[in-house]
Amino acid sequence: MAYTARKIPFVGTPDTNPETKPFFQGADAGKLMVRRCTSCKKTHYYPRELCPFCFGACEWHEASGKAKIYTFSVMERANPPYAIGYVTLEEGPSVLTNFVDCDFKALKIGQDVKVTFVKTEDGGPSLPFFAPA
Amino acid sequence: MSLKGAAYIAGAWEHPTRKAPDKSIALLHAECAKGALEDAGLTKDDVDGYFCAGDAPGGLGPLSMVDYMNLKCRHVDSTDVGGSSYQVAVGHAMEAIAAGRCNVALITLSGRPRSEGQATGTAPRPGNPAAPEMQFEYPYGPATANLYGMCAARHMYEYGTTSEQLAWIKVAASHHAQYNPNAMLRDVVTVEDVVNSPMVSTPLHRLDCCVISDGGGALILTKPEIAKSLKRPLVKVIGVGESPKHQAGGDIDLTYTAARWSGPPAWAMAGIKPSDIKYASIYDSFTITVLMQLEDLGFCEKGQGGKFVADGNLISGVGKLPFNTDGGGLCSNHPANRGGITKIIEAVRQLRGEAHPSVQVPNCDLAIAHGTGGALGTRHCGSTVILERE
Ligand SMILES: [Zn+2]
Repeated sequence: MAYTARKIPFVGTPDTNPETKPFFQGADAGKLMVRRCTSCKKTHYYPRELCPFCFGACEWHEASGKAKIYTFSVMERANPPYAIGYVTLEEGPSVLTNFVDCDFKALKIGQDVKVTFVKTEDGGPSLPFFAPA
Repeated sequence: MSLKGAAYIAGAWEHPTRKAPDKSIALLHAECAKGALEDAGLTKDDVDGYFCAGDAPGGLGPLSMVDYMNLKCRHVDSTDVGGSSYQVAVGHAMEAIAAGRCNVALITLSGRPRSEGQATGTAPRPGNPAAPEMQFEYPYGPATANLYGMCAARHMYEYGTTSEQLAWIKVAASHHAQYNPNAMLRDVVTVEDVVNSPMVSTPLHRLDCCVISDGGGALILTKPEIAKSLKRPLVKVIGVGESPKHQAGGDIDLTYTAARWSGPPAWAMAGIKPSDIKYASIYDSFTITVLMQLEDLGFCEKGQGGKFVADGNLISGVGKLPFNTDGGGLCSNHPANRGGITKIIEAVRQLRGEAHPSVQVPNCDLAIAHGTGGALGTRHCGSTVILERE
């Protein structure tokens, strides 16, 4: 089952939550921005101001964009179908995403993937998607 | 102090409707309340505690419904954790009764997603953009079916679980539903029927999914002295547990459910173990939901759920663990897209000996009713209730 681009909806704007605005600014510049704790050093996702592991202060870092598929499900009932899944980033956390530019039937858990960015509809921000590496 | 036995389920009633375009949601709640009170042999004036969740219309938790039903309450609670809210409400009502904050607690659920035409399982539902996760999830199309499909795919990858094993869960539910005149799907199906039904979201087929139905249900909980003064069989609450599970900052493991955490306190309070259970109501939004919860509640080892459910082991009169003998959400009813209360109601029927004779478990004295609310793929709550016939 081949990938067909679909309109990607977005709710609110990158300003809705000031806490995460740098994530969307990064995505528009082709960078996957993640938060890493200055105290426990762990990277988390989705981004928060305070570390969800220790409530320590965090800093923005650009992730490598390399990841492995943790799981996925091909939504065959949708038109066009799409593949939703979690990928585990090289930096640690697993991230909800869609898979693009691939044959859905060839997707495998554990497969190496890399980030790519897709614009959301109606002039919304870009978001990270993943394609086979 | 243990809460074991601090409350009894004195009334339980499931609305017979599965499609109610001519009834308001408030009326469905009230009809369920009336049914459960009549079942208990109590009246509206006896109710002094009211429990509801997000399906109660009107906002501000219980306020619209206590107004509509004209209840005089001294305790209310509207904890909303989706379809698991009603098991949670049983626990909270038992706490309130033990603390003397109410004597007769009413719990209601109702909704009509079928009449309102919701494509419940396959359409992503946007929420408040201020929800902190919304902008990182909604664009990717998280719909109920794929949020459970992702769990099933990972379970298959780690443990070798198969679609045929999952199908046995639907097969068992259909064997029970044939005896329930109110069930939406009364035809007995085979493993082949399930795996050959259209794919919804891999690896889940149409027959791996629950029904979408209008309807509702209600429960009456009361303190031991009042329960013993009534004419109904005594169904005692002996164990409760609740726990949410979420994405843990990205530290994700989709192979288990919150039942891993809601189960142990319930087993400990009850002082029994899974092998003591005669009948199990297990939340069944999808076949995979059942399989994972059975493992997490300790009915089998982690990863062995596929083998456990196969070959009719969940069919009453055939297997070791009769489950969802009303047909469950998979075949009978999933009112308001929240199946928690119907799980408790069928457990009460079994303990009273009032299930359909073809599915009634002999000498059924210990039952479990476990709920899941939210989505296993992102955030959900697990809630466990263990009941004993006295
Ligand atoms: Zn930290």
